[in-house]
Amino acid sequence: MSETTRDGDVAVSAHQSSDDGLTATELAAKYGLSVSGARPGLVEYVRRLWGRRHFILAFSQAKLTAQYSQARLGQLWQVATPLLNACVYYLIFGLILKASRGMPHGTYIPFLVTGVFVFTFTQSSIMAGVRAISGNLGLVRALHFPRAALPVSFALQQLQQLLFSMIVMFLVVVGFGSYPRLPWLLIVPVLVLQFLFNTGLALIVARLGAGTPDLAQLMPFVLRTWMYTSGVMFSLHHMLAGRPEWVIRVLQVNPAAVYMDLMRFALIEDYGSENLPPHVWAVALFWAVVVFGGGFVYFWKAEERYGRG
Amino acid sequence: MAEQNTGARVPTVIADELHIVYRVSGAKTGKGSATAALSRILKRGEERGVRKVHAVKGVSFVAYRGEAIGLIGSNGSGKSTLLRAIAGLLPAERGRVYTDGQPSLLGVNAALMNDLTGERNVILGGLAMGMTREEVKARYQEIVDFSGINEKGDFITLPMRTYSSGMAARLRFSIAAAKDHDVLMIDEALATGDRKFQMRSEERIRELRKEAGTVFLVSHNNKSIRDTCNRVLWLERGELRLDGPTEDVLNEYEKFTGK
Repeated sequence: MSETTRDGDVAVSAHQSSDDGLTATELAAKYGLSVSGARPGLVEYVRRLWGRRHFILAFSQAKLTAQYSQARLGQLWQVATPLLNACVYYLIFGLILKASRGMPHGTYIPFLVTGVFVFTFTQSSIMAGVRAISGNLGLVRALHFPRAALPVSFALQQLQQLLFSMIVMFLVVVGFGSYPRLPWLLIVPVLVLQFLFNTGLALIVARLGAGTPDLAQLMPFVLRTWMYTSGVMFSLHHMLAGRPEWVIRVLQVNPAAVYMDLMRFALIEDYGSENLPPHVWAVALFWAVVVFGGGFVYFWKAEERYGRG
Repeated sequence: MAEQNTGARVPTVIADELHIVYRVSGAKTGKGSATAALSRILKRGEERGVRKVHAVKGVSFVAYRGEAIGLIGSNGSGKSTLLRAIAGLLPAERGRVYTDGQPSLLGVNAALMNDLTGERNVILGGLAMGMTREEVKARYQEIVDFSGINEKGDFITLPMRTYSSGMAARLRFSIAAAKDHDVLMIDEALATGDRKFQMRSEERIRELRKEAGTVFLVSHNNKSIRDTCNRVLWLERGELRLDGPTEDVLNEYEKFTGK
């Protein structure tokens, strides 16, 4: 132990050098030191984020597993939770309220279940996004990584959750007579686009939530309003029959409705293209690109301010 | 030995008149009631409801390669805040910190999850610190052996919530110390674990220091500062009170605290 102290003393006494008299800025420039905690450029930021992709994936999987680790049934809840959810919605909207409105029973149940799961994907991505920074301040203040890793990771966790729910979704859809066919392949592009859209939203609300944590209290009300206007439990098409054409169009280009309808169109045989607004794929792509791109830049702009105070 | 490359010393961290101010919202009146919060919102004025805490006031120093620097001072003197600012995790109010490479805080605990097994936490922690998957795999056994978690049975495959606080602290330190850092900052990590583990971690800190990095250590244990550091910064009320060789500063500090 005393050895260390001794060679340390040598370092301290070797004091005089040509660096004396330089200001801090000059000294930093001479040895190529950089300002700690400065925000990198957008391209560099994306590169660093990509470098952390394994962490993002591992973090999302860890969160997903940790959720049910104390339960006896463990990971079985990944599937059981959406299944129970589907049953509750069926009980209330299918049997008690009879919200099917002109849709045959065999179509309505898969319609409802698909809608609920797809909307929940967006909804929980946003809820997780609001707390992505404000709920993980310990992590933000202790370790260095592009902060966007957190909201992206939470959105990815919800995507994996949805994949578990899809098992239930497939069972329900097949159970009501829509068997696997070619359009099922459309699920993949729909999921990709919706994931991009959700990630963009998660990034936006993560920045907002980092500045105003109160948003986490407000968000459930906003999301519930959004849910009821998106046609999760009823078909917008049937519900609004007789209303002016533009009202229907406006409600149908709502991104949540677009992704839900595309998923239903892909999965359910009797849910034909007449239920989709015109140019539906273009609309879906538009929302995904604009919200993801905009959200990413918006989040990055405040990168150096996360974790303050 | 550390100076064999050149005569001149290479700076790794430069703090230039650094000021750090915390902003705490909703602590202005100390009243937590709904009406108090409402009146705070309604009251117009500059930064309503926000209280400022000036934690670090104009600290300047230059740290060099191969140094191990102890930070001492009473509770709330700004030691941890200073570390976070050096790491670039807290933005400076005024002044600047220049660093060589990316300083890292030995604080991987925030990334770990109690509900996961030690095994998965090692991997998650390694990735969180910016190691690649291959690096984590290569270091995995080393980390587990260093922590000594498996000395008393196969604990690494159990969830971390089942660990004793000492065991968890050992695993955390082992994960954090596994990466080679340019500048490493340790906040009170050595106070945990039994005597045997403390010796081992001090050994590891000396090793990290030899690997050409700079080490900062916050501790209230003067002995562990003496054992590991060759220079000490003494902070008091956010100001740098003394900066010099370990013995000189510690003697002054012990006089001050009346020990």
